[in-house]
Amino acid sequence: MAGAVWVHGEVAADGSLARISTEAATAARALAAEAGSDAVGVVISADPARAATELARFVPRVLAVTEPLTADHAAGAIIAQRLASLAQADAPSFILTGAGPEGRDVGGVVGALLELPLLVNATSVGWGDGGPRVDQSAFGGKQLTTSHFARDRGIITVRANAVDAVPLDQPGTVEQTEATGELHLPSVSVVDRVASQAAATSIEEARVIVAGGRGVGGAEGFALLEELAQALGGVVGATRAAVDAGWIPYALQIGQTGKIVKPQLYLALGISGAIQHKVGMQTAGTIVAVNRDPDAPIAEFADVLVVGDLAEVARALLAALRARAG
Amino acid sequence: MRIVVLTKPVPDPASGQERLGPDGRVDRAAAPAVVNGNDEYALEAALKLVEAAGEGDGHADNAHADNAHEIVLVAMTPANGRDALRKGLAMGAHRAIQVTDPALAGSDWLATVRVLEAVLRDLEYDLVLAGADTSDGGGGVVGAGVAARLGLPYLSYAATIEPSNGRVRVNRLTATGHEVLEAEMPALVTCTQALGAPRYPSLKGIMAARSKEIAVRALADLGIEPASVGAHAAGTAVLEVRPPAERGATRVLREPPDEAARELVAFLAERRLI
Repeated sequence: MAGAVWVHGEVAADGSLARISTEAATAARALAAEAGSDAVGVVISADPARAATELARFVPRVLAVTEPLTADHAAGAIIAQRLASLAQADAPSFILTGAGPEGRDVGGVVGALLELPLLVNATSVGWGDGGPRVDQSAFGGKQLTTSHFARDRGIITVRANAVDAVPLDQPGTVEQTEATGELHLPSVSVVDRVASQAAATSIEEARVIVAGGRGVGGAEGFALLEELAQALGGVVGATRAAVDAGWIPYALQIGQTGKIVKPQLYLALGISGAIQHKVGMQTAGTIVAVNRDPDAPIAEFADVLVVGDLAEVARALLAALRARAG
Repeated sequence: MRIVVLTKPVPDPASGQERLGPDGRVDRAAAPAVVNGNDEYALEAALKLVEAAGEGDGHADNAHADNAHEIVLVAMTPANGRDALRKGLAMGAHRAIQVTDPALAGSDWLATVRVLEAVLRDLEYDLVLAGADTSDGGGGVVGAGVAARLGLPYLSYAATIEPSNGRVRVNRLTATGHEVLEAEMPALVTCTQALGAPRYPSLKGIMAARSKEIAVRALADLGIEPASVGAHAAGTAVLEVRPPAERGATRVLREPPDEAARELVAFLAERRLI
């Protein structure tokens, strides 16, 4: 029988489980079912209880490891060392993690310490020929690939919104443990944590993104996008041009050297659809564009193109949404 | 201040022509190679740090760097991968190390990590900078892997990098803001666009780059067994490459805003998006 499938449960700033981990956990459970093995969640944090309980909604067994160091140290390498030593003892076949910043840090360090192969940025995780089959998207969705591990072990980082999170009928159990043993990698202190007013949720995890480009015209223009995003239950994003102009922070930039996103709905306002932006969003479920220019490149890959002034259309859409909500 | 910048030549994203061959490897003939975007931010950050350090002790002109102030580019590339390094030298890096070996073709991430680790073991540095991820692989894991193998403090997703008195302070971007990190040097930092736009090479820089050293290293120079890297040793394999599903035809709404908005709401409701 194959070894277990583990999933790293990422703890958000408020102590809850990051949504990306609920998706990775659902994928881990499906793999374990195919492999005839166990799905196990691992949460490593100064205060893992809440996130571990939440992760147990998705996998039958969760290890909650208390590691006080993550309270005031960069978490990635610390979690990775703990995870690596647990994995050395229990030898899971596969370890899944989210493909966001923490998941990448953890995956990279665990992979290097245990010399494991990595399949990164999975857009779907299936099973075939006795092992995981991982779909990935190349060059922002220009091509798709399916890959596997050459041997029967590896780490998979899973993109946000790639898997629909499905809870178990009965929540699983949580086992509390303390981290023990020395850490060998030098630790990095966190001297401060600063929340920006920009976004409470990660743009990579958002199901709806209302994105603006140069056509928005200024920081004030983004206030209207923010209203629209709220009405749609989403968050605001931007092109590099809008970020470079200083209208919106870099954390919200979508595209090459920014974020790669895959929301269910991408509403692009005043965005021409230049290649550097396209690679960040073209795999979105539904793309709606508002542009004055019916020949803008985005017309080639949007599902709907509204030809018109973005502020006028945005206000009309806001009014129509509010009328519908009653 | 001595800084190593890890760089990777990637197919030019601006060309729109990048593609994988049927074997799942980057088709290098399809698009010209350029320095990976995030690596250029790393190099620009390195240039600014070395300039600031040089001004501090009266060696502002980094063209005359001595051992105290130096930027070394390191890249693992195919044999013809020198052009991207040359651009980095023209921007102001002092020398480059190109690792190239036919046995590296088809290497997985771990082989890349081991090669970069081996090169770094022969160098002295205060900082190793690398792009937070690459536009052709995009895993964002190599920097973490290299730091772990070398036992370096690892500071990721940097928006600022401030060295002082043997320590380095980094603002690390998170989903909802940033963390201020601090660690001993030497350390490895992964870099983002928030560090600032890379400079264009000056004419003087381009001329100077012609005489700068690009040292070539093969696997034997690094003490790495050829059979332990490359496609045969890779822990992953691409089974299939295919084009994405076609999107349906674009529906174009040219009605006045109110009417277009109503149609759009109906469309979104039909797709259960609202």
